[in-house]
Amino acid sequence: MTEWLNILLYIQIGLSGVCLYRIIRGPTIPDRMVGIDIFGILVVGICAIISIQTEKSFILDIGIAWIILSFIGTLTLAKYLTGKKLNE
Amino acid sequence: MRHVTVFILSLIFWLLITFRFTVPNIIVGSVASLICSLIFTRFFIKNVYKILQPHRYYWFLIYLTVFIWECIKANFDVAYRVLHPAMPIRPGIVKVRMELKSQLARTLLANSITMTPGTISVDIIGDELFVHWIYVRSEDPEVYGRLITGKFEKYIKRIIE
Amino acid sequence: MSNMVTIILICIGVLFNIFGCIGLIRLPDVYNRLQSATKCVTLGCCSILLGVLFHFGIGDAGFKALFAIPIIFFSSTVAAHALIRGAYHFGAKLDKRTVKDDYKEAVK
Repeated sequence: MTEWLNILLYIQIGLSGVCLYRIIRGPTIPDRMVGIDIFGILVVGICAIISIQTEKSFILDIGIAWIILSFIGTLTLAKYLTGKKLNE
Repeated sequence: MRHVTVFILSLIFWLLITFRFTVPNIIVGSVASLICSLIFTRFFIKNVYKILQPHRYYWFLIYLTVFIWECIKANFDVAYRVLHPAMPIRPGIVKVRMELKSQLARTLLANSITMTPGTISVDIIGDELFVHWIYVRSEDPEVYGRLITGKFEKYIKRIIE
Repeated sequence: MSNMVTIILICIGVLFNIFGCIGLIRLPDVYNRLQSATKCVTLGCCSILLGVLFHFGIGDAGFKALFAIPIIFFSSTVAAHALIRGAYHFGAKLDKRTVKDDYKEAVK
């Protein structure tokens, strides 16, 4: 059981690395913001797997708080995108 | 009446999410629920007696089953398009008319459309909903209106209105 | 027995996350990327949380995992609407293969 959980945890952390690739290499600004949004949801999965490994339930609280803060951050970034044109 | 309903719902939510039935916990939860009910009641539904009608819950269960099935189908659709070597996409933004009137029903319809195969909703202007579609199957407004909103609109109408 | 169900649900969730991230790399423009990534990653994380619910059982941690599922659904879909509308107003280009654009006349 623990070996399987370790492998799945490493795969999930590697997927966050894929999102970081999109944030660094994205051709335009909206691409980078999509990467930030997806990164925020993937971290909740990492928190859930760690809470099974360590048998502690307060890590799920961290996950819920993370998803709400990531939601507010994405809304702010979208507001910034709406207000500005490309040729300014 | 609306204030009391919001207070009770948020207190139940607090007790389930902390799961500790001691006196200080209940006092803290009551104060937080009171503040929430004073601020956020104006966003709640107008007619609270709709919560107590049981046939809405029956239609809600049927809607939930259809929604989860569509959601799983959407994931395999995305997997097929992504793993195919030639990537069979033909994207476009189409315009769909909808018949729902209240704000909550429109929000629920837009969220359902986002999780169904190949579509994501962009904006609402007046009575029209703009949808980005990854594979435009036909150019006829009647056909794609039925394909996109037809599955959910009848259930949402029975649940909320 | 409960361990088997947990491992299978988490495997399904990680598999969906892998599909979503491949879509984030391969697809051509920002709208298609947002579409594939939002759908797959949301359902994948919900599946992982369902596995957590099966592992802990009904109780303290189980209810937290159960309540995180609707929060993830609503927050990710609303964030996707806000981002795609912001990207269109910002002026991100549609792909070459796009066949139809009704939103252009409505914005003006």
